[in-house]
Amino acid sequence: MNDLLTHWRKFKREPYAVWLGFALIGAALVLLPFVTDAALGRSWVRILDHTLLYIMLALGLNIVVGFAGLLDLGYIAFFAVGAYLYALLASPHFGLHLPFWTLLPLGALVACMFGVLLGAPTLRLRGDYLAIVTLGFGEIIRIFLNNLNAPVNITNGPQGVNMIDPIMLGEFSLSRTHQFLGITFSSVHNYYYLFLALALLIIFISIRLENSRIGRAWVAVREDEVAAQAMGINTRNVKLLAFAMGASFGGVSGGLFAGFQGFVSPESFHLTESIMILCMVVLGGMGHIPGVILGAVLLSILPEALRYIGPLEEALFGRVIVDPSDLRLLLLGLAMVLIMLLRPAGLWPSPVRRREFASHD
Amino acid sequence: MDIFLQQIINGLVLGSIYALVALGYTMVYGILGLINFAHGEVVMIGAMVALAAIHALTGTPLPGPVIVLMGLLIAIPACMLLGYGIERVAYRPLRNAPRLAPLITAIGVSIVLQNLAMIIWGRQYIAFPPLLPNDAYVIAGASITLLQIFIFLLAMAIMAGLIFLVKKTRLGRAMRATAQNPEVAGLMGVNVNSVISATFIIGSALAAVAGLMVGAYYGLAHYYMGFLLGLKAFSAAVLGGIGNLGGAMLGGLLLGVIESLGAGYIGPLTGGVLGSHYQDVFAFFVLILVLVFRPSGLLGERTTERA
Repeated sequence: MNDLLTHWRKFKREPYAVWLGFALIGAALVLLPFVTDAALGRSWVRILDHTLLYIMLALGLNIVVGFAGLLDLGYIAFFAVGAYLYALLASPHFGLHLPFWTLLPLGALVACMFGVLLGAPTLRLRGDYLAIVTLGFGEIIRIFLNNLNAPVNITNGPQGVNMIDPIMLGEFSLSRTHQFLGITFSSVHNYYYLFLALALLIIFISIRLENSRIGRAWVAVREDEVAAQAMGINTRNVKLLAFAMGASFGGVSGGLFAGFQGFVSPESFHLTESIMILCMVVLGGMGHIPGVILGAVLLSILPEALRYIGPLEEALFGRVIVDPSDLRLLLLGLAMVLIMLLRPAGLWPSPVRRREFASHD
Repeated sequence: MDIFLQQIINGLVLGSIYALVALGYTMVYGILGLINFAHGEVVMIGAMVALAAIHALTGTPLPGPVIVLMGLLIAIPACMLLGYGIERVAYRPLRNAPRLAPLITAIGVSIVLQNLAMIIWGRQYIAFPPLLPNDAYVIAGASITLLQIFIFLLAMAIMAGLIFLVKKTRLGRAMRATAQNPEVAGLMGVNVNSVISATFIIGSALAAVAGLMVGAYYGLAHYYMGFLLGLKAFSAAVLGGIGNLGGAMLGGLLLGVIESLGAGYIGPLTGGVLGSHYQDVFAFFVLILVLVFRPSGLLGERTTERA
């Protein structure tokens, strides 16, 4: 056993081991939708797609909350902006059908502008105050989406916008089933690969940002704003950049969401969604990219897995006592409380944070 | 003129309920520097428990107001227990943890309470039986009901009692000392933990009263009612200057008036472009404006924010 361990340690240091690891993870990610489809059914591939969207959102919020330490409770507003932008510019609602490649950067840009719009007046505030203002901002955006159907019908109100164009990569429609090398790729599979590619891109950008000059400036602002200012960091610009960057990630994921669902309504952008994404970041481990991804995966899979409580209740008590869909949010809330009580730094905190926590005790 | 007066009256009544809830936020913030996000749900549980008791007693020959009073007397201890429990389970173990940790547990507790209420009482709106006399008086063209007068007076009386408690009693002095500096207060012989528990318990008792008032005023209760009410009450607390008792009361009344004036006039003022369904936006706009231009609130004195 010891022998095996020393072999493993030696192997871990080999340069090709890293590439082998990447190749294995890559193969697993490519095969995942097919394995899931075969084992759990088509609906779970859809859940995988949603999980990838949540990973993108959580990484975007992680820039604001995790790196720069600015508590944002209205993050879903940027997701909503991205989604509605796509919906309005690529649906029969206005009769506009712009291509995906225009809408993707446009969504990032417009969400980014909204990020600056929110950030500029509020950056003097700290901590809880900022949290409440961002929360108010998120609600205002939702209320406006809900009510901007009169006198000029812009958002179509509570009914939302439907019949949104599916995402087209050139002539390749992601919402159709394609045959490729004798394998059938259905719509959810196509979207999975697109979302996977973009999620990997966002992970890559996040990692590069974390180790960049800007990333270190964010951490400096988070740890001590006065000291950061003394070191020559323009804290206002740096914080504004964090807001804008996080918002643009949200805008991109929003556009993807609109194209994927084919339908958007204000209901999808409720405060609970903002809170959900914040919980992914905090439960996973703020500021630590693998932790945030873990948090996003757990919190998007867990509520779905909790649907199986119904059969479990039947097996245990002979009948369904409490409707499982009512119970799953309850259990989610309990899980959040328990994880925070047991691991206040998150499930997978960054090594630096863990050391900080150890020194606090 | 009569519309104006009418909106002022409605606003003051609604605002006095906001003020009761805002006091719960502001007391906890003053002592712990923490936003008790679960407070809105305590209000909801108060309304639900009171309504359940009232529904159970409705068949009995007791007169209506007595039944409502019984409901209140059952809801208050239930909420006190709940407030104590929330502090004990979700906040006390995390008192020295980073700031975000208690926020997440508070959100978790809110989700649990909401869904618990949904499982127990169902998703539908629960009607408040017409037990209270609802005579309306007309003053200068505006009508005011007995219930409105009663809600307003009761809220004012409770607030006066609270001010007396905080300013004149031993417990109140201990609370003020803990708010200034918990460690030094501890050295002076104040049992900080029990003071914090007492703060949560008092705030929750006010929440129970406010919950019943909202239920009686709108004639409805719902498992989701605590969320928006909590947000507005928090806005009211910030408007008045969070941590300041008088500020919470002023902020609550002001917010109520702003909201009902806004809802009443936004239609005519914008030529019908924006309707009264924007009512809920006002609280947030007020909140953002206050935080941007005067973060310490109307009555707040502290100029430096806690980081």
